[in-house]
Amino acid sequence: MKSNFTITCLCLFYIFTLFSCEKLFPEAPLADSVMDAPLDGLTELQNRIFLDGAEEFDEVYTQETGLGPIFVGASCASCHNADNRGTLSTILTRFGQIDSTGNKFMHLGGPQLQHFALPGYDVEKIPSGASSSKLIAPIISGTGFIELVPESDILAMSDPNDSNNDGISGTINWNQIPNWVKPNDNSITKDGKYICRFGRKAGTYNLHQQIVQAFNQDIGITTTFMPNNPINYLTGTNPAVDSDIDITDESLNATVFYTQVLQTPFQRNALDPEVIKGKEIFNSIQCSACHVEKLKTGFSVVDALSFKEFYPYSDLLLHDMGSELNDNYTEGSALTSEWRTAPLWGLGLAKDVQGGKYFLMHDGRARSIEEAILLHKGEGLNSSDKFKTLQDSEKNQLIKFLESL
Amino acid sequence: MGLFLTSIYISYSQNNQITSNVNDSTKTNMDAVYNRPFLNINKSPVAIGGYVEANTNYSTTDGINDGFHFQMRRFTLFFASSISNRIKFISEIEFEDGTKEINIENALVDIEFHPLLNLRSGILFNPIGAFNQNHDGPRWDFVDRPIVSTEIIPSTLSSVGMGLHGKYFAGRWIFAYEAYLTNGLSDKLISNELNRSSFAEAKHDEDRFESSFSGRPLMNGKIAIRNRKYGEIGISVLHGIYNKYLKDGTFIDQKRSASILALDFSTSVFNNHINIIGEFAKSYIDLPDNYLPNYGSQQFGFYTDISYTMLQKKIFNWENAKLNIGLRTDYVDFNLDKKPADNQKIGDYIWSFTPSIAFRPNGSTVLRLNYKHLRQTDFENNPASLTGILMFGLSSYF
Ligand code: HEC
Ligand code: HEC
Repeated sequence: MKSNFTITCLCLFYIFTLFSCEKLFPEAPLADSVMDAPLDGLTELQNRIFLDGAEEFDEVYTQETGLGPIFVGASCASCHNADNRGTLSTILTRFGQIDSTGNKFMHLGGPQLQHFALPGYDVEKIPSGASSSKLIAPIISGTGFIELVPESDILAMSDPNDSNNDGISGTINWNQIPNWVKPNDNSITKDGKYICRFGRKAGTYNLHQQIVQAFNQDIGITTTFMPNNPINYLTGTNPAVDSDIDITDESLNATVFYTQVLQTPFQRNALDPEVIKGKEIFNSIQCSACHVEKLKTGFSVVDALSFKEFYPYSDLLLHDMGSELNDNYTEGSALTSEWRTAPLWGLGLAKDVQGGKYFLMHDGRARSIEEAILLHKGEGLNSSDKFKTLQDSEKNQLIKFLESL
Repeated sequence: MGLFLTSIYISYSQNNQITSNVNDSTKTNMDAVYNRPFLNINKSPVAIGGYVEANTNYSTTDGINDGFHFQMRRFTLFFASSISNRIKFISEIEFEDGTKEINIENALVDIEFHPLLNLRSGILFNPIGAFNQNHDGPRWDFVDRPIVSTEIIPSTLSSVGMGLHGKYFAGRWIFAYEAYLTNGLSDKLISNELNRSSFAEAKHDEDRFESSFSGRPLMNGKIAIRNRKYGEIGISVLHGIYNKYLKDGTFIDQKRSASILALDFSTSVFNNHINIIGEFAKSYIDLPDNYLPNYGSQQFGFYTDISYTMLQKKIFNWENAKLNIGLRTDYVDFNLDKKPADNQKIGDYIWSFTPSIAFRPNGSTVLRLNYKHLRQTDFENNPASLTGILMFGLSSYF
């Protein structure tokens, strides 16, 4: 009898210790160190669509659900890990030519190389004569805000002829848009071309276009907007039309909505004196001439996005970054050495989703923030030269600031 | 009513709690399908048995709580009969998660020509590792199945096939073998929603009871040696083609093979007070070039259970009840390859530790409390995601 009592007590004690020990149930990471949550202030319905979209974003496609037959990744999330920057493991290749007369290789499977294939299919190869560039996934978080920056604001930041003589001439990528992309009312055009802002070369008009193309060109998923599977000219067959559309417009829209209402990255340690010092240096060596701290959204039907200030550290414009970053490939009116100013938000958290090391710039070639800065040539040369003249302590302060973003 | 527990040809030992049955003179892990309690009604030639497994589950991953749930994991029925002295039939039907999955796990006939030569045919558990054939809930002090035995070795892998098994006794030693050809794995091995090589997915093929996915059989064999004093060790292999390479006589792909090599062991020390069991498995997958290295061409995993019987006596009026404490260690690496970019080992692995406390009022029932701490590292070796799971479960033969 007595031993039964002891046993019961022992068991209860064990259960009690388990439940009382908080450590047993892992805590959430700090809210400012993740960026896959929905924006504050969404309605419950909007939260629900966000969650539907998150499911689409994470869905791994298979042969049965429409993957491929040639593709680059099997899910959005595989490249856009934690909605931050991607890695070399999921790098993709675009091919075309070096002038802005439009991609001449579309009938040969352009603009994107699908270097994965379902078993039994051949992977695509770059057609001879095409030039190409490699791209890693940019940060996704906050793109809903970027989409809502009024075109007039982007135009106002651009300075194609460098009329202020600062050596920096931010230009707009004027690009044609596919006929299934519905431009905003009052969208500004020039020779039938639109102001584009998404992608490493700012060649894409809006998130809807970006994501329809991502489904199609990255995953081989057809939609009512792009109903043909990617072409592999090597197989000698006609472009493979997918007899059924792989995902519905609802699923597509939910995915677009997911990226639109993702929270923006939060700055951490903003009040740390070193970080504050670093920010001053950032401004004083003209990093901020391209990496514009603050932008503002226009009107949106989503209240939480409407007329809001946000801090991407980008002017959404193209800059000539010099010959080292010239990849001999272009989209729209962007020159081969021109790249969209990479937003810097989320930079300090990138390492924790890139495997403990940085992979920065459009193809991940920079392995540290310092390396990224030193790769700034062309319009960025002035700035990176000034960086070189900084004392080590100042460099550290600057990097501390960048890592707080 | 003449209901009584029988052991016509099925010897069920009260000691046979978690798998280690060191004291049982004639049984190896491979005999698990017969080594269960069965119920015989009068002189009916058919014996019935089965087990249930239910538990509560409370889990949190990186601060996101999954809520508190009751889970009815399995309800399994066995039917067995002796068609004649040396011809036996046994079958097992499993209902998983309610009626979400209903499987004939096992329906086979054994014909004995000689102890060393038995013909087995039907739906059988593939002898790969020891857990696959020996997975009945009540045998274990842990609610969850070992990760290696569900992910690297797909549990429970049963297939239609045919082959031989036999046993040889020499003093304290038993030598046993099994060798079968069965229907094979499917290309879900690489075409699945996990975005990695997965044997757990590869066992899914709607037509697997009618045809082999690749058109080729899966070869599967195991040898085990048992010493009545020291325990048992088994080595097993499984090898087959997992893709469709031939259609209407025309080649549509090259043949791609997948293999698993497993080592299992069980032993007891300190007068059976401490049982140690475990298995190691390594898999090899011939992948299309473009799947490398994102998908693993080699995977590895192991688990070990250490269980200590703290008390074995009359408890709450149950004669010979037992109170065990134990620890399971799980490790599975889904991709042993390296990243070409920096030649660093790819992540994609899981560690897990599960302390347990289990109360066994008798030989066929277990009440178990487990806490499982799981650390999952992604492909890029980013900081691991952490999960804590508290489970309280009951499992019993009936
Ligand atoms: C193979 C990897 C890969 C996959 C899969 C992928 N992306 Fe991307 N994503 C990229 C790359 C690389 C870019 C930059 C593309 C460019 O420069 O045009 C990009 C750009 C984007 C952008 C624009 C970001 C910006 O600031 O300009 C969005 C939004 C986006 N992807 C969403 C998605 C969604 C949604 C999916 C799933 C349907 C998806 N991506 C699938 C690699 C991928
Ligand atoms: C002339 C405009 C310009 C100036 C000035 C400039 N940058 Fe950049 N920055 C860019 C562009 C464009 C990219 C993207 C390059 C690419 O994608 O290859 C970039 C990329 C970066 C990146 C990599 C971001 C990522 O996610 O990969 C960092 C870090 C960075 N800049 C920091 C700085 C700092 C610090 C300064 C000041 C020393 C600075 N930049 C000055 C235009 C500029």
